[in-house]
Amino acid sequence: MTELVKHDPTTIYIKPSTGLTALNLRDIWVYRELVFFMIWRDIKVRYKQTLLGAAWAVIQPVMTMLVFNFIFNGGITKVDTDSNIPYPIFSYTALLPWGLFVTALNQASRSLTSNHNMITKVYFPRLVLPMASVLAGLVDFAIAFVILIGLMVYYNVTPDWNVLWALPSFLLLAIVTALGVALWLSAINVKYRDVNYALPFLTQFWFFITPVVYSASVISEKWQLVYSLNPMAGVVNGFRWALLGAGNGPDAALWVSVGISVLVLVSGLYYFRNMERTFADTI
Amino acid sequence: MTAAIRVENLGKRYRIGAAQTKFKYGMLRDVLVDMVTAPIRWARSLTNKQPLLEDQPNYIWALNDVTFDVEEGKVLGIVGRNGAGKSTLLKVLSRVTEPTRGTVTVRGRVGSLLEVGTGFHPELTGRENIYMNGAILGMKRAEIESKFDEIVAFSEVEQFIDTPVKRYSSGMYLRLAFAVAAHLEPEILVVDEVLAVGDAEFQKKCLGKMGDVAQQGRTVLFVSHNMSAILRLTEEAIVLDKGKLLMRGPSQQAVDYYLSSGQAQAGERIWDADEIPPNAAPFRPISLRLKDQKGKVVDTVRSIEPLTVEMEYRIESPLTGLRVGFYLSTMRGEYIITSFDTDDGKQYEKFSARDSGHYISRCILPADLFNEGRYMLGVNASSFGVHRYFMDENVLAFNVDISGAPGTQWAEPRQGPIRPRLDWNIEKVE
Repeated sequence: MTELVKHDPTTIYIKPSTGLTALNLRDIWVYRELVFFMIWRDIKVRYKQTLLGAAWAVIQPVMTMLVFNFIFNGGITKVDTDSNIPYPIFSYTALLPWGLFVTALNQASRSLTSNHNMITKVYFPRLVLPMASVLAGLVDFAIAFVILIGLMVYYNVTPDWNVLWALPSFLLLAIVTALGVALWLSAINVKYRDVNYALPFLTQFWFFITPVVYSASVISEKWQLVYSLNPMAGVVNGFRWALLGAGNGPDAALWVSVGISVLVLVSGLYYFRNMERTFADTI
Repeated sequence: MTAAIRVENLGKRYRIGAAQTKFKYGMLRDVLVDMVTAPIRWARSLTNKQPLLEDQPNYIWALNDVTFDVEEGKVLGIVGRNGAGKSTLLKVLSRVTEPTRGTVTVRGRVGSLLEVGTGFHPELTGRENIYMNGAILGMKRAEIESKFDEIVAFSEVEQFIDTPVKRYSSGMYLRLAFAVAAHLEPEILVVDEVLAVGDAEFQKKCLGKMGDVAQQGRTVLFVSHNMSAILRLTEEAIVLDKGKLLMRGPSQQAVDYYLSSGQAQAGERIWDADEIPPNAAPFRPISLRLKDQKGKVVDTVRSIEPLTVEMEYRIESPLTGLRVGFYLSTMRGEYIITSFDTDDGKQYEKFSARDSGHYISRCILPADLFNEGRYMLGVNASSFGVHRYFMDENVLAFNVDISGAPGTQWAEPRQGPIRPRLDWNIEKVE
């Protein structure tokens, strides 16, 4: 037997992992370029061989906004938007983070199964796949955001300086939430494809408990805290506050949302890492 | 010298058919039930003795207690039959899957050519896929950029580099895919069966590239069914069988060991029911025999006598287009003959549709055909372009004795696998 040089930085030890696996986030850092390449691939491929291309990123939220405007702004019923914000901009501001969230969930929960040939053949931190899927949604978000700016100009809505820190923060909260849920769903999906069937139902249900078409202020005071257990409620309220000045801004309920969101992300990371070792065998 | 790879008591266990026993359909519902009943089973297991890891049914050890190490800069061949654990070993080494037991210590980056073209997206152009694939294989962007021209030149697809790869021919696709992988320059390169793809010219290039890698002092693990490639490219090889490491030695020794192990003595190979893969149905091989002129089953034949290859099999439901044949190759894996029982037009008309039943396909090889040496018989039963029912290229080894053959008055080895009795005519012109 030849002697092995110990403590060599490039030495890799492969052995069965037991108990809770270390998160090993450094690995993600080493493979950061792969994350960018995966995002770039997702974006490049997403609208290939479509007639309208990236216009879909605008068509979807705008059409949804128009339908909501018809239904909830007097066409069928009248929803109260606080502070007299015009309904189109009120719903569109919520549709942006909501669309980001739903797209992220849809793409990310399938990210492992649709890249199974990569998983069974090459090593790379599997976290790269759901991460890239979630982040790729930001491009659609950015495109749709341009329309929001147009709406704000049209309705003469000027945000105050808070928007500079608040908007990125709430966007981050949306991404953290989406990634947390996506980690759970994608890892479960490797073994149980039930996720594919449960997901449309899940997002629909989630939509109703998120103040997209209505204002969170309709929820009575004593239920506010329970309501904020849904981090997306915090995100949507935050977006409306940052961009339109609606509501009271960050309060205790927001911190509940943040707490839940971080909890889902951390538990999702551990669950994902724990399942990761059998991905190649069970996918 | 330091070890680039050290494998110690490595074991990898897979569940087989577990879905049938534990979770009927592998559904979430069953798991929820399982979770609820888990504490009860756990309590019960405290009183009952748990079966040992080895004894649990529905598990197989794809790798079992494998220990070896590879010195830096060495090329190690890995040989074994299908299901011997070769691919599992490579998967563990390249960290695609985790071992169940044991440890592996790897010094340096492992580049795997388990299957080239991983992560290729049909909609992306050749150029884009090079970057994508390189990143997946663990290359830095700057590294890919610096090697880009080299990769393109190696792949010979310069003109189509900005065309989506879905428009590529399969040959172009493979060349590009291999080119990226070949330029990865890892400290340890793991190669599995890539040589089975591409045209002869390209295969030559691939082998050359692998040789370069070895010459640069990097470690290569090379898995192949092609014994001549193993002999040519490796100095040492290990033989795996049913997850166990049977032997390790100089390549020639290992190849001989592999080729002569597992075959029946005395010129006959009989298949047990559990050796036949399920997708062979309705074809069921029974035995392959080699007979001499007198009809005796032998493993050494005289080159001056004709010999008979007999394949006995059952067909369990009527088949059309079936052809049963053999491969004959040298021990180095170079083919000499491939022949099927319905090659002849008349035979084809008569037997292209076969009823279920018990058959023997018999072929007589003429006398004065082979040179001295050891040869390998393989079997193929297939419908052309439809389905390959059964195939094993290394079934039966046999020896050829040339006493009495033309030219044996000179005690010298003659080159080439065949030694036909040829008509010479000597004319004195003046």
